Amino acid sequence: MKTGISRRALLKGGLAVGAGLSIGFPVVQAARRVARAQTPGVFAPNQWLRIDRDGVVTIVNSVPEMGQGSLTTTSMIIADELDAVLDNVRVEQAPANPALYKNPVTGNQAYGGSRGVRDHFDMWRKAAAGAREMLAQAAANEWGVPVESVETEAGAALHRATGRRLLYGQLVDRAQQLPVPQNPTLKTPDKFRYIGKVVHRRDTPEKITGRGVYGMDVQVPGMLVASIERCPVFGGKVKSFDATAAKRVKGVKHVVQVSNGVAVVADGLWPALQGRKALRVTWDEGPTAQVSSATITREYEAAAKQPGQVAKNEGDAEKVLAGGGRVHEAVYQVPFLEHACMEPMNATAQVTPEACVIWAPTQNPGGTQAMAAKLTGLPPEKVTVNTTLLGGGFGRRGELDFIVDAVETAKAVGKPVKVMWTREDDITHGFYRPATHNVFRAALDANGAPVAWFTRMVGPGILIQKGRAQAGTIDAAAVEAVRNMPYDIQNLRIEWINKDLGIPLGFWRSVGASQNGFIVESFIDELAHLAGKDPYEYRRALLGKSPRHKGVLELAATKASWGAPLPPGRARGIAVAFSYGSYVATVAEVSVAPDGAVRVHRLVAAIDPGLAVNPEQVRAQMEGGAVYALTATFYGRITIDRGRVQQSNFNDYPMLRINEMPVVDVHILDSGEAPGGLGEPGVPTVAPAVCNAVYAATGKRVRSLPIDRNELRRA
Amino acid sequence: MITFTINGRRRQVDVPPEMPLLWVIRETLGLTGTKYGCGMALCGVCTVHLDGAPVRTCVTPVSAVAGKKVTTIEGLSDKGDHPVQRAWTEVDVPQCGFCQPGQIMSAAALLATKPSPTDADIDDAMSGNICRCGTYQRIRAAIHRAAALKKGGAR
Ligand code: FES
Ligand code: FES
Repeated sequence: MKTGISRRALLKGGLAVGAGLSIGFPVVQAARRVARAQTPGVFAPNQWLRIDRDGVVTIVNSVPEMGQGSLTTTSMIIADELDAVLDNVRVEQAPANPALYKNPVTGNQAYGGSRGVRDHFDMWRKAAAGAREMLAQAAANEWGVPVESVETEAGAALHRATGRRLLYGQLVDRAQQLPVPQNPTLKTPDKFRYIGKVVHRRDTPEKITGRGVYGMDVQVPGMLVASIERCPVFGGKVKSFDATAAKRVKGVKHVVQVSNGVAVVADGLWPALQGRKALRVTWDEGPTAQVSSATITREYEAAAKQPGQVAKNEGDAEKVLAGGGRVHEAVYQVPFLEHACMEPMNATAQVTPEACVIWAPTQNPGGTQAMAAKLTGLPPEKVTVNTTLLGGGFGRRGELDFIVDAVETAKAVGKPVKVMWTREDDITHGFYRPATHNVFRAALDANGAPVAWFTRMVGPGILIQKGRAQAGTIDAAAVEAVRNMPYDIQNLRIEWINKDLGIPLGFWRSVGASQNGFIVESFIDELAHLAGKDPYEYRRALLGKSPRHKGVLELAATKASWGAPLPPGRARGIAVAFSYGSYVATVAEVSVAPDGAVRVHRLVAAIDPGLAVNPEQVRAQMEGGAVYALTATFYGRITIDRGRVQQSNFNDYPMLRINEMPVVDVHILDSGEAPGGLGEPGVPTVAPAVCNAVYAATGKRVRSLPIDRNELRRA
Repeated sequence: MITFTINGRRRQVDVPPEMPLLWVIRETLGLTGTKYGCGMALCGVCTVHLDGAPVRTCVTPVSAVAGKKVTTIEGLSDKGDHPVQRAWTEVDVPQCGFCQPGQIMSAAALLATKPSPTDADIDDAMSGNICRCGTYQRIRAAIHRAAALKKGGAR
């Protein structure tokens, strides 16, 4: 078949290069890629890397680049273990081919959960170490010396005793003939060339010149552009539509119904949007049209009066709490949130009877391939998925809805189609972080230590809604960071009540921990104050069984000079949490103006991510996580009116801006453990650290987000 | 027909006069470095220079640029080596990178009028540019760095 991929599109991607980096669009199908492994003059011991006779190393990166730096980090890991020179490395984004590129831990070719490094680290190292051993063996054979006497270094094999040296490029033909070792020896950490060192991001050149190709930038010859009118109510369906006026708009070519609405397809986005305005659609709004934020709150409150499913039960918290003494109770609430990736959703597809080609900024290439195979009736290997750069992911781009749009529309019109979402589409048709309602009760002993802790959480479960966990079970995402909270408390009971009113749910940067970090770390702070104890020391005393929590807590407190005097009007708050494989503690320094406006001056964060593969990117992810969390702390709230999202753009769903940016000071604690996640762990501790500081400054406890400055106003 | 200069080249486009410059740049002229993020002058990812001043192309009708000079990220420098771009590289500013063409165009315009911007100047000039990845701290550092680079005689 003709893939219909323009040379231009290919070049735009393939040449998006600085310093030897290339984000190639792998247009070849998986089968051909494997065949290519046998290409003469190319040493390709596995699916992750190949070396040509010029010594150019091509690394295939399976983890989509969404800002976390995977193009850089993946290259660092593989180049290091291969003993290659990073400047001779080009990177390709892996095609959809779960057999070759699935995440070895989850089994899916989909990326979320800050799993890029931590799930692939060992596998990539082994793949690269095996290749290095083959190159060393090839050199040993060439020189007729034992392989033990051959070393590798900076893209070459050398024999120190005789001073002989062969570049990897000169060894590819010999190495190609050798068997792939099953258990290659990995480097010891002292030999690392790149891992653990500061390496500048390799994708910066294309990102500062406009050359980088995001989903929205894909251009395919003969391509049309579509905008889809969607039912304002979740789950609503098209009853009927009148396209007469829409079709009269110059440039509009087709108006077709697809599963998510009615697509206006034109020769550009502008006419498509004009056509969409002229379109008349009658909707069957369905049952969600009865649901509003007020109903949801009422239902949550009513549910919270009933016993929930037991997520954890140690000792007998209910009995201790009933026994009287110093008992404290509080209710915490968080709203729905939308991801608001900087690049609105979009995807491009071409569907012919023989094949389907997709270009998409997706976190889920494997799921995309399977979905498109189903929609087109083609076998998966006839579906090519080109993963472009992602203008943010944060969990939103693991969903397939926007790619379904493109495949269905392209199939309907028989031409390549790019479906573009507006910002309004994006905010009103997202997959939202669940709104929840949480009741806390704790009893303190004579010394003020908590002897019983009870939490009843009410809200929907993401995993259950998506069919990834069974209805009736405890949704692991919902109770994350509560069920496994680190404090030593003898009598502990955590309950969860599944209350799902049909608002679509999604994985939002740090998922359950994003909100549960806030509720747990705020409530423990309440207990500390109630006990008359220092909130840092109070936590520290309860972390006896959680040394890594304790480690970051102490580091953050030290670096923030916890306890030292501050300028008048300023106060500190602290919080600690584990999420996605890493431990983080944050100290916030804030002041609150008489009108209730909170200013965050500084965040001091300590992270124990295990081995920090690229320390500078650890810091970058922590800074970014802080901003994401501050936006939620001060602004984030999606409300529902008759099944419709009431927010639509950055005017009513605001984002933190540079003038509100605190100094973020990140400290890395090297615990020597295996690498943890980085994209998400920076989020959970920020809101509680800020709100705990607000309490220290004002004596007012923030128990629902976003912070309502009116409640902090000093009359 | 509307005629204007873009990145030093005169171009004529046959589009409706009310069509936003953003879509003319991206779709008619195929320069995709300028991004779409909100369409309402709220996020800054569509920023270009119009006769040297930063404008939001998503709310600028193409008719408004007739006879004028537009510079997009592709035209900011020949080799991606404008002091702002060099500073951005040194400081590792971009994450996903989607907002960065707009950030860079805003920063370059700031430095053109204020060679030594204060933090307050940076807040003023840059608070119209959202970065959802949260690169603000590095943007601030890189603008100061670019100011130094510029004074060091680099163009
Ligand atoms: S797209 Fe123009 S300011 Fe957002
Ligand atoms: S770098 Fe991603 S939005 Fe700014």
